Amino acid sequence: MASLGNLSITLALTFAAYALFALFYGAAAGRREVTKSGEHAVYVVFFFVTLAVASLSVLLVRSDFSIEYVANYSNRDLNLFYKFAALWGGQEGSLLFWSWILTFYGAVAAWVNRRYPGKLVPYTLGVVSLTSAFFLVINKFAANPFDRLVMDHGPGLALAPFVPADGNGLNPLLQHPAMVIHPPLLYLGYVGFVVPFSFCLAALMTRDLGSGWIKMARRWTLTAWLFLGVGILLGGKWAYVELGWGGYWAWDPVENASLMPWLTGTAFLHSVIVQERRNMLKVWNVVLILTTYMLAIFGTFLTRSGLVSSVHAFAQSAIGNYFAVFLILMGGFAIYLVVTRRGYLKSEKQLDSWASREASFLLNNLILLAACFAVLWGTIFPMISELVQGEKITVGAPYFNRINIPIGLFLLFLTGVGPLLAWRKTSFASMKRIFLWPAAGALVVAVACVVGGIRSFYAALSFSLAALVTITIVSEFHRAGRARMRSTGENFLRALYTVTAINKRRYGGYIVHFGFVLLVIGFTGQAFTTEGWGEVNVGDRFTVGRYDFECLAVDETEDPNWVGLKATLAVNRNGRPLGTMYPEKRFYTASEQATSEVRIRTSLKEDLYVVFAGMSEGTSKAVIQVWINPLVTWVWIGGMVMALGTIVTILPNVKERRLERRKRELDRLLEATEPA
Amino acid sequence: MARRRMRFTAGIIIVLAAVAFFAISGFQEGKAYYRTLEELEALGPAVTGQRLRVAGIVADSSVVREGAVVTFQLEQETRRLAVQYVGSQPIPDTFKDGVEAVVEGKRRPDGTFEADRIQAKCASKYEARYGGAKHASE
Repeated sequence: MASLGNLSITLALTFAAYALFALFYGAAAGRREVTKSGEHAVYVVFFFVTLAVASLSVLLVRSDFSIEYVANYSNRDLNLFYKFAALWGGQEGSLLFWSWILTFYGAVAAWVNRRYPGKLVPYTLGVVSLTSAFFLVINKFAANPFDRLVMDHGPGLALAPFVPADGNGLNPLLQHPAMVIHPPLLYLGYVGFVVPFSFCLAALMTRDLGSGWIKMARRWTLTAWLFLGVGILLGGKWAYVELGWGGYWAWDPVENASLMPWLTGTAFLHSVIVQERRNMLKVWNVVLILTTYMLAIFGTFLTRSGLVSSVHAFAQSAIGNYFAVFLILMGGFAIYLVVTRRGYLKSEKQLDSWASREASFLLNNLILLAACFAVLWGTIFPMISELVQGEKITVGAPYFNRINIPIGLFLLFLTGVGPLLAWRKTSFASMKRIFLWPAAGALVVAVACVVGGIRSFYAALSFSLAALVTITIVSEFHRAGRARMRSTGENFLRALYTVTAINKRRYGGYIVHFGFVLLVIGFTGQAFTTEGWGEVNVGDRFTVGRYDFECLAVDETEDPNWVGLKATLAVNRNGRPLGTMYPEKRFYTASEQATSEVRIRTSLKEDLYVVFAGMSEGTSKAVIQVWINPLVTWVWIGGMVMALGTIVTILPNVKERRLERRKRELDRLLEATEPA
Repeated sequence: MARRRMRFTAGIIIVLAAVAFFAISGFQEGKAYYRTLEELEALGPAVTGQRLRVAGIVADSSVVREGAVVTFQLEQETRRLAVQYVGSQPIPDTFKDGVEAVVEGKRRPDGTFEADRIQAKCASKYEARYGGAKHASE
């Protein structure tokens, strides 16, 4: 099985190299049959990588510990579900998985655009094949998951194969359903940016910089952005329920690495609208999408090279060098292309007024890039300060919060205001008409916050901006729905549905914006977190906020994979019983690692978050830590609403579909009438 | 035309200046100096009050929990540092004897360390257990 896997990687690499050559040469020489053959090779590459992934899965399921990767990341008693998850539980497997997604995207891009005329698609697939070849080289030579385990019996003696009785087991922290789908989604996001990136490079190479590449890149970017966003959100959810420190985001370098391309991707999705509508910001868009993919690769480089210290411990290895070389070559090539093709990227139009849609997009882009740069700066600052000053200085959460909270709130403000401004210039009279009610609503909420005793300035501002944006979004839907209802006689709900279906981009966008409002409300809850702890034995009590806890029992627990301690706590809120909670501390025997089994009582208003921290030495009592986290649920709800809105936006418009069908019919007619 | 361009330039500069202001003030608040145990010993009281980040190996059977406070010793070669962890977050699950840990906090006047943040890395268990086990390509 391992030999099959190895052979598959070799063949995939060979075909990727062939595809690369055939696509570029065929397109440059105008030989259609050669590019066609290159396109077919793209499918073949995907087939062989699939075979390699299947081989590794079989090895994992069979618990074949003669393979180092299997011995490192699985064990006999591991649940079958998690044996599959071990596929991306370690460095070598996750890189093979990465290649699989990459070549899958390549095959899909080849299939979807198989009838698209011209050089753009062959060049695009050529760039995709180049990237595939790079990752396959890593899979083959630098991080091969099919390597066998051997034992060194001392100097002069041959290395002998070695098969341990059992494996080390998958990191128990990773044994969680959210963790099983978080990495694949994140990879689907990261890797997905390769397609718009390739479209962009292809457009630059072929000088075909009209609206063609932008249209195709936009939908791919939306897809990748959706996966990346959901992936980040699930990562946060996992951290929250599994790591047991009461939060979901810690500004860890690995988290930052995933946030950065998401921020530039968000900027691209907005500025692309300006190019489509007003033919402006062409260079900007090219730079944004190139940057987004580079950041995705840079993030991988950062976390796998061991250059920054992170809780996501990947083995430090020479992999980093491969990524560094790839980044420098690709980045250099991209910069060279942008500079030499800048003549094709000029836009004649200029901004007219700050009170215009364009200006709000400009601010949105500026502020998103500022956020991205601030995150990047904070993440790599330890490296920079060591290089420049010889002193390693790190910046923690206070830095990231200080800068990103105002940026987030400003973005929220733009979310409300931007979509309502007119292109070119909005008159004062219409501004007054549009913003009177939203502004009034915001003011009412602000006053209510102050009267209600909210002391945090940012929290009050956040709630009042949330009101402003919500009112603008609701009134947009209301206005459009009512207009439709009047002209067609449909009932209001039906009218709302049709309006959204006809213009999915606009109203899907509003749904995403509303999700963002909910997300920010969830974030704002952090301003009101309460925490406390108690040291308890059977019969002991302690209080945190409005909750009191009584310890009913502390028991030993057991399973084939772990042994543990479990506390039984009766919980009261304001003296009224809420039920019992069972926080637990487990010790996984195969991996010799402890995990906290957090217990959470969730409501729309707040989460009660209870952790078994450990046993106190002097008193031999259980130490229980408690957080009261207001509004956390809205983070997950907001994220889901954003994802839903994005899906609405990605689906083709009814009108678009009709046009496409007509165009296809026309093409067929033309083909039929063309003389042979 | 020129006036309009100036208005836009001014607006952009204001936005960027605001971002820079937040970045600088956040940096002052959030920065911490990375020190090795050797540097920490050499600098002594000079770094009292500075926010520091120190890495080391958790010394065998040195971890003692008293309520929410956890004390332990960090080792680096022959040097040792007594750490008292008083942070509100529970110590990470990966934290145990023999792992590499990073603590963030302040040096106390008596030379011990008061940490309010703690990170632990997974040890590479495999090499530890099978001693000479290495890998080779087929």
